[in-house]
Amino acid sequence: MGKASKRQETLGARALALVSDLTFRRGVLSILIFLTLWEIGFRFNEWFGVLVPFVGKVDAPSIVAARWSEVVLLPGYWESWYLSMGRVFLGFLVAQIIGIPFGLAMAVNKYFRGMFFPPFEILRPIPPLAWVPASIIFWPTTELSIMFVTFLGAFYTIVINVLGGARAVDIQYLRAAQSMGATQWDLFRKIILPGTLPSIFIGAAVGMGITWEVVLAAEMISGGGQQSGGGLGFFIWSSYMGGVMDQVIVGMISIGLAGYISSSLIRYIGYRSMPWRRMF
Amino acid sequence: MTTAAHQQPATDRNASTKGAISIRNVTKIYDPEGANVLAVDDCSLEIAPAEVCMIVGPSGCGKTTLLNAIAGFHSITSGQIDLDGEMLCGPDKPLADQGADRVVVFQNGALFPWKTLADNVAYGPIVQGLMNKADAREKAILMLSEAGLSGVADKYPGEVSSGMARRAEIVRALINDPKVLLLDEPYRAMDALTKSIMHESLLEVYDRTRVTIFFITHDLEEAIFLGDRVIVMTTRPARTKKIVEVKINRPRDYRLLSSEEFRILVQETKEAVHEEAVKAFEAGERELA
Repeated sequence: MGKASKRQETLGARALALVSDLTFRRGVLSILIFLTLWEIGFRFNEWFGVLVPFVGKVDAPSIVAARWSEVVLLPGYWESWYLSMGRVFLGFLVAQIIGIPFGLAMAVNKYFRGMFFPPFEILRPIPPLAWVPASIIFWPTTELSIMFVTFLGAFYTIVINVLGGARAVDIQYLRAAQSMGATQWDLFRKIILPGTLPSIFIGAAVGMGITWEVVLAAEMISGGGQQSGGGLGFFIWSSYMGGVMDQVIVGMISIGLAGYISSSLIRYIGYRSMPWRRMF
Repeated sequence: MTTAAHQQPATDRNASTKGAISIRNVTKIYDPEGANVLAVDDCSLEIAPAEVCMIVGPSGCGKTTLLNAIAGFHSITSGQIDLDGEMLCGPDKPLADQGADRVVVFQNGALFPWKTLADNVAYGPIVQGLMNKADAREKAILMLSEAGLSGVADKYPGEVSSGMARRAEIVRALINDPKVLLLDEPYRAMDALTKSIMHESLLEVYDRTRVTIFFITHDLEEAIFLGDRVIVMTTRPARTKKIVEVKINRPRDYRLLSSEEFRILVQETKEAVHEEAVKAFEAGERELA
């Protein structure tokens, strides 16, 4: 929409703009302050004479960083990233592919809703992790059962958001479109679908968060498959079993980063596909 | 009351022959959970082609019910509504078909937030298959610039003022070349200054297109300023209580607002509406008691 010139900025100029951006600087500063407090807490074990309850027992950032610099050289660490990412994205993708049409169908058709909403609502409160034992039995491989549990984590949130979003589309938009001669198909494609898009992205953002929670727990419980590197969840678990506390923290921060990358990706896609709603 | 069935069209409009609405003995009973609510009671009204017909009355009196019946959003219980001699709804056909000959502009504005103003305006001709996308957009941009909105054609509704959005919405209705424009309190909740700009822009559009306008409002000055006739409705169930003929020449402008003639008409309308508002208020108190 006439914003092509904006895209012509070089990458360097963009990076420069980012570094000089106040919000970015504030973000970096707050992380630095946090790390400093953590470091001090560990070094002195008390703040102003008061024993530091939690931070004092956790390895300092400098120790974690040192460990991390060793860990990044291990292929197993990156394999864990790769495995967890793969499980999250596949589970999430399948949840989107099934969940969005399912939610939309329930929103626009009362017979379909009457048929599928009650069982959906009964299954929904069952935590995805409660499915772990059953899914290990159901599915032929551990990999598939982890993915299934991951899928469940995102699926319910996606469906509920799509259903709610589609039903909340203002009836005035539908009437306006109908009074201008829109057919049922036009209404669905041009009104309900774009009207639901914000809810689809909210569902995706929340669902992605749940997916990470679920995949980690599933990996810990199942042992993460047959290979040595069984995902980030298994990485943390085996570090804990081996008593390598700083490596546990490396794993935790890795998950934080992975989750951040995933949700940034969703925000970016949302930003691109909803130009009228540049607020995410 | 049935006396309303016999009024003449307000003024003899030159040329325009399309957009005559005939509302005859229309009754609407809502039936939420068995409790019958009589919303419109034996209401009759003849609207001439190219008339600007203003509907005023207490809140919840059934004005919007009437508009919804014409637009085909709601069914009627009995009676008949014709457009240019053809039945929209009546016996055996309680719900009118929705069509682009009667476009509605809503109270809260219903521009699609996910389309730019130009794409909003182009929507009608595209979904009706009358034009391809490029032609429709071109016409939309032309019509927007006629309405003084050329600079914002590529903006989203959320990016422009409410006044601009409402003007664009009327353009979006007009591109369909409707016989009737159905306006449901379109300028409610606008400040006085914006409102007066809206009025002038609507009058300008009207002078250009001579489209029949069915306009619901609570603002009596707005009603007299814009209308050929002002129909005062009774409190629920809605009937026509009084019809105020506004024989003031067009084109009208804002000097009119301070004229004696205008004041008298507003006063006359106000008395009729006030009576009904008091009744509506008392009825409301009874219901609560």
